[in-house]
Amino acid sequence: MSETPILQLRGITKSFGSVQALADVDFEVLPGEVMALVGDNGAGKSTLVKCVAGTHSPDSGEILFEGKPVTIHGPKDAAKLGIEVVYQDLALCDNLDVVQNMYLGREERDWLWRLKEPLMEQRTADTLRSLSVTTIRSIRQPVASLSGGQRQSVAVAKAVQWNSRLVILDEPTAALGVAQTRQVLELVKRLGDQGLSVVLISHNLHDVFEVATRITVLRLGRDVGVYEREKTTQQEVVQAITAGIPTRVAGIPETTPELAS
Amino acid sequence: MSSDVDVAAPGIGLPEGDEAEAQAGLWRRAYDNLRAGNLGILPIVIGLALIVVFFSYKATNFFTADNFNNIIVQMAGLTMLAFGVVFVLLLGEIDLSIGYLSGIAALAVAEFQLPGSGHAYPGVVAIAIAVGLCALIGGAQGSVVALVGVPSFVVTLAGLLIWQGVILQVLEIKGVIVIQDKWINDTANYYFTSRAGWIIAAVVTGSYALAMLGSVVGKLRAGVAIRSPLLIVAKVLGVAAATFGTVAISNHANVPNGLPLAGVLVVIFLIGLTFLAKRTPFGRHVYAVGGNAEAARRAGINVPRIRIIVFMISGAMAGVGGVILAARLNSVDLNVGGGTLLLDAISAAVIGGTSLFGGRGEVRSALIGALVIATVSNGLNTAGYKTGTIYIVTGVILLLAVTLDTVARRLQARSGR
Repeated sequence: MSETPILQLRGITKSFGSVQALADVDFEVLPGEVMALVGDNGAGKSTLVKCVAGTHSPDSGEILFEGKPVTIHGPKDAAKLGIEVVYQDLALCDNLDVVQNMYLGREERDWLWRLKEPLMEQRTADTLRSLSVTTIRSIRQPVASLSGGQRQSVAVAKAVQWNSRLVILDEPTAALGVAQTRQVLELVKRLGDQGLSVVLISHNLHDVFEVATRITVLRLGRDVGVYEREKTTQQEVVQAITAGIPTRVAGIPETTPELAS
Repeated sequence: MSSDVDVAAPGIGLPEGDEAEAQAGLWRRAYDNLRAGNLGILPIVIGLALIVVFFSYKATNFFTADNFNNIIVQMAGLTMLAFGVVFVLLLGEIDLSIGYLSGIAALAVAEFQLPGSGHAYPGVVAIAIAVGLCALIGGAQGSVVALVGVPSFVVTLAGLLIWQGVILQVLEIKGVIVIQDKWINDTANYYFTSRAGWIIAAVVTGSYALAMLGSVVGKLRAGVAIRSPLLIVAKVLGVAAATFGTVAISNHANVPNGLPLAGVLVVIFLIGLTFLAKRTPFGRHVYAVGGNAEAARRAGINVPRIRIIVFMISGAMAGVGGVILAARLNSVDLNVGGGTLLLDAISAAVIGGTSLFGGRGEVRSALIGALVIATVSNGLNTAGYKTGTIYIVTGVILLLAVTLDTVARRLQARSGR
């Protein structure tokens, strides 16, 4: 018995004028897996994510969340389903502290419209501790004073905090150094361990091979194939990204049920 | 991380020996202090003290209780405008229309109290109409900025010209409108009795201490650390000293004896607007939009709505200031809202430490900045200097203050944007 994917896209097509950004793309994420989405610039990764996040609506095709067809018309719809997107460097306000950022737009307040600061501070500390984000000296320091890795960790924690089921990370390590990247990748692994589904968009195959369970390759708006990390090599994926492959890798559909066990 | 963090620990983890972070520790501590308000207003307070000492030495009738009351009343209108400027600057926007908008409020309040005009209302109603009108105008200007996307500089520059034109057109015919309504004039000319003054000081200090106590209890209940108990005590003592000191001096004044109502109004707005900025979701969103509008939008904040409301606040505060300024003169004439009022209000907010780039600043900085500007202009006047000197000195102080802000920002930018 195969597991129901938490997110399944079927035959997604999207064009902007004469440019076809996505053509008949299938994509799925199983519960608790880290699915990497890789591809060259212009392969359609961002467009695909924006279709899931509700920024774009696909021309055709359907989106299933936990097996049920859904329509997503904006970030609020996505959040209601439990889908959170962490964008590269647009997630945090530098002038606010960690707690303020974590609760931005969803502040807890009492009947006098007063912010419940102690409550928010305590819950933020709990969330960060549960994700083992421990290098931040004080959660009352402004985000501007954090390192790149710490900022990305806070952004991820912010997305996770709201009972989200699926977290989409858009190039989370793009601007980070080696140690910082490690910090974020560890966090991504922990998210998977905690039963969350993660979509990791990345250019860096090294990162992808470190944390992903499976890898979906997009090329020129089409999905080239889905690879299992255990059963593929970086060379094979690079080839799929750059040259594509005439047919799908044999055996992929058959292996899907195995993942469930 | 070996010793598990107990609930009352300040952060969420013990500092890891990351080298870069250890090196940055000193900067961070200094910056955290700045944020906590330890040093934030210190330079400007020292500057203010130096100014006071200088003029006390230079002019014989500067350091007197009478003149102290004078300065309070002189700065009240300006401070109200500057309060509004702080909110606009927090967004990283600018409002150039507030000078003449305050003139519109003065005109409206004078017109709607005018006996025999057919639309003479009680003073309070006239004030409400004037302030409401300015809030509406501010909201309209803000809508053009937020919804259409015209830069606020242009929209409010147009506002500056338009409202100046309206004032000229109306007053060219009427000349001067005299304000006789007692309620309106009292906003700038009423002085409390000694006893009332002491009661006000006690109420202000007491409520402040209670509010502090409440937040401490709330934190203890939630098991969150209280970072600097000493600072809290110092703040309460500071507020007590400031309020009781002010009342003591005002009660010593001879000519207008007692605490001026204008000063109390300033404090009321200071408390109310600080609450709005720091303790409510709305205020938090204002800081967020000023810090990173795109992140705020993605966090689900209605950014245009925040912008429009902020311009309404700016307009309303210009209205309040305009009423007080008109009440001080008991009349409205062709010069209303003009002169250096606009630039003084913006300077006050900036001198007090509000950043022009958005996201950084406090409501109280408007009060401190206005105090500096009013003290300098009053002192130079008392010492017999001409208007030109006042402008030059104010300009130099403004430049110094902004330079300080820029340097502080550069230090912060080390790891920031």
